[in-house]
This record gives sequence, structure tokens and C-alpha cells, in this order.
Amino acid sequence: MDQPLRIVIAKPGLDGHDRGAKVVARALRDAGHEVIYTGLRRTPEQIIETVRDEDAILLGLSSLSGAHGHLFPRICETLREHNMGDVIVFGGGIIPEDDCPPLYEAGVRAIFGPGTTSQEMVDFIATAVQRDDAGVGHGAGWYWNPSN
Amino acid sequence: MDDRLDAAKAGDRRALARLLSSIENGELRFSEPHSEDSGWKILALTGPPGVGKSCLLDRLLHEWVDHGHRVAVLAVDPSSPRSGGALLGDRVRMSVVDDDNKKNSVYVRSVATRKTSGSVPLVVRDMAFCLLHVGWDKVVIETVGAGQSEVRCAAVADRIVLIEGPARGDGVQAEKAGLLELADAVIVNKSDLDGAQRHANELRESLHLGHEDAPEVLLVSALHGDGIAEASSMLLNLEQSTRASRARWRERLLSHHERLLLEHPEFDSLLSKIEEGLMSFDDAYAQLRNGNE
Repeated sequence: MDQPLRIVIAKPGLDGHDRGAKVVARALRDAGHEVIYTGLRRTPEQIIETVRDEDAILLGLSSLSGAHGHLFPRICETLREHNMGDVIVFGGGIIPEDDCPPLYEAGVRAIFGPGTTSQEMVDFIATAVQRDDAGVGHGAGWYWNPSN
Repeated sequence: MDDRLDAAKAGDRRALARLLSSIENGELRFSEPHSEDSGWKILALTGPPGVGKSCLLDRLLHEWVDHGHRVAVLAVDPSSPRSGGALLGDRVRMSVVDDDNKKNSVYVRSVATRKTSGSVPLVVRDMAFCLLHVGWDKVVIETVGAGQSEVRCAAVADRIVLIEGPARGDGVQAEKAGLLELADAVIVNKSDLDGAQRHANELRESLHLGHEDAPEVLLVSALHGDGIAEASSMLLNLEQSTRASRARWRERLLSHHERLLLEHPEFDSLLSKIEEGLMSFDDAYAQLRNGNE
């Protein structure tokens, strides 16, 4: 890897559970990336401003409160509105399987639930940054599915 | 690059962020912009880990923006020497970027030290020049939590402010050589805790021994806001102390030398050769030096 990738790990909404986000941030650090952690209870606008000012190419969203169905698509939409369609969005937390298809539709490229290994996330990132259709601006389309 | 520069000057923060990344990746350099204004342009906040540098800076930013300044922050955190990755967490303390009335007057960028030694990579100086160039009034560099002998920030900043806290050892610590000698001002944070006043007194005594223009020592509480208004105006008008000009130039020379070595195209491969025993240290070093002459 030439230069480390800059990745924002964010906690949107009213959710105070950040152990998962911190473990992910740490794992990505250990994989050689530069991780900017936002802290708790960020609004979609605050998260997007952080991605913009920090020039991050990936945005990881963590939610354990059940609000992912509202917040993740809104963040994807706001990124597109701000001309930041090249940012790659992925998510994690407690997200029921039935909730995943609409998130993929919105432009989220991977959903990582409990039990995901750090290696899988690292593999996803390595794959996503190589593709030219992984940015949130490409809307529905490719998403990470390790089983195929 | 000219397009990005024009866009950044017009206030496009994404263009600015991209420019800064190009500098960080060694693709672009900036030189010092000309300025008519006699006040400082680049200030380093340094001090040991956990004394409250980020919280104090957040307080200061609120004050400075209230006084009409537009301030950019380069917050430096260490890269892992093993993986090369970094966890950049200074932004978490910056409530000023969440304030709708102030956020347009503040820009915060987290910076990892990457390969450089010391508390501030030299590219940060070019990044600061870039920020000044596109119209920010002042740049504050928050260094990595720094130890006693960590004086590299002198190579990148016009002014150095040392942040200290209570429970930092007895009076002998205040007498030791190092960072304290280069500071243009000293702020003792956490005045709400026991021992802060005593530590401030010890630092004042030590600094006043033998020096005419000893730096001011202020006591503040970033948690409660005590002393912040005074610290804010003192720092805005801070003059460079004359005690340390030789030491500043020394640090600048050293960090330029380090940058030349690190930017050598063969640096990583020579490092691997030394590690694998394929090349002696002396030969590798000679090759690195020759490459730059």
C-alpha cells in the first residue's frame, strides 16, 4: 500500500454504544489505515462535514439503536447532494437481515454484523477501493457478499 | 492543481482537504505566503499526553472565532510504527465544529505522523502554508503528546505554547532542560485540580531564574472555562521569545535533513535490505545521503 487510506468511523443518531465502532477503528488502524473517529451521537450533517474536511475516502457507520433504516440512507443521500459521490459507505451493528436490501439500494456497500472478522472488513476495503462503481454516487449496484 | 487552489480559495472545503492530502502524500509543496501583518500565523500547542491540549484548544477556538478570527487546526496524532495506521481522535473534543454559528470560521484536519519521528511531521509546515495561502488567518498545530525533549515543533511554528497540568512531578521536573526552554508561553491546565497552582508557581520560579524575557505562565481550567478569556487574548498577542532562536533554526535544519532522507525513493527498499541483512547500515546510509547531493 502506497499511502494509508483515510477512513471516518461514525456513530450517527442517539446511540451510546460505541464498543463496536472502537474495535473496528482499532482493527483498521492495525491494518495500516488512518482512522478518524467522530465520537457519539453525530447528526448526518456533522458526519458529512467530517468526511469532507478530513478528505476521507471511506465512511463506516455504526448503529445499534434500530435507526439504521432511516439514518444510513439519509447519509448516503446527503453525500450525493454534496457532490461527494466517490465516498464509499459501509455499515455495521445490529442490523436484521431483512433490513439489508434497502440499505444496499441506498448505496451502502457492505453491512457487517456481530461475528464479522476484522480480516473480512479489511478485504472489503481492499476490494471496494479497486472498483470504480463503489462510491455512494453509483447508487444501487455492487455490494459486498463474501459468500459468492 | 490550479483549479483546486482556486476552488479552495473560494471556500470549497473539499478542494482544500484534497490539496492538503496531496501535500501530505508528497505530491505538492507550498512556501511561506507573504504577510503584512506582524502577528503570528502558525502556533504550536504542545505538551505531555493527557494534559488537555485538545479541550483547551476547543475553548480557545470558541473565543478566537467570537473575536472574528478564522482559524485552521492541524491536529497531529501518532502513526503506528508497526502497521503504519493511525487512530486520529483529537476531533472528538472539538465542539466548535458542531456550532452552527462558528463552524464556518474553523477548519479542523487530523494528521498522522506517518514515517517521521517526533511530534510534528515537517509536511505540516507546508500544510499550514497552504491554509494561510487560501485565506485562513491563523493555523494552530496541536502536536502529538510530547515528552520533555520533544522540541521538533520549533521547526514548524512561529510560536510555541507549552500546556502543562498538575501532578507532573516535583519542583525538580520544572528545572529540567528541554521543551520548557523553547516555549513562548506556558499554560497550566486543570486549575480545578489540586496541585495545579503549585505547579504553575514552580514553573514561574524556574523560568524566571536567569532569564530576562521569561515566558508568561497562566493557570486555566479548560473544563470549567476559568482563565480562558485571559489565555485567549494573551495568546493572540504573543510575541516570539528571543531566548531560543538558535534552537529553532537547529530544529528546522534537522527536520529538513530527516525529510530529505524519508523522501528518498529508495528509503523503504534500503530499510528492508538492512533488516534482511543484505546491506550494511553504513552502506545504506551512505546511499541515502548520496541520493540527495
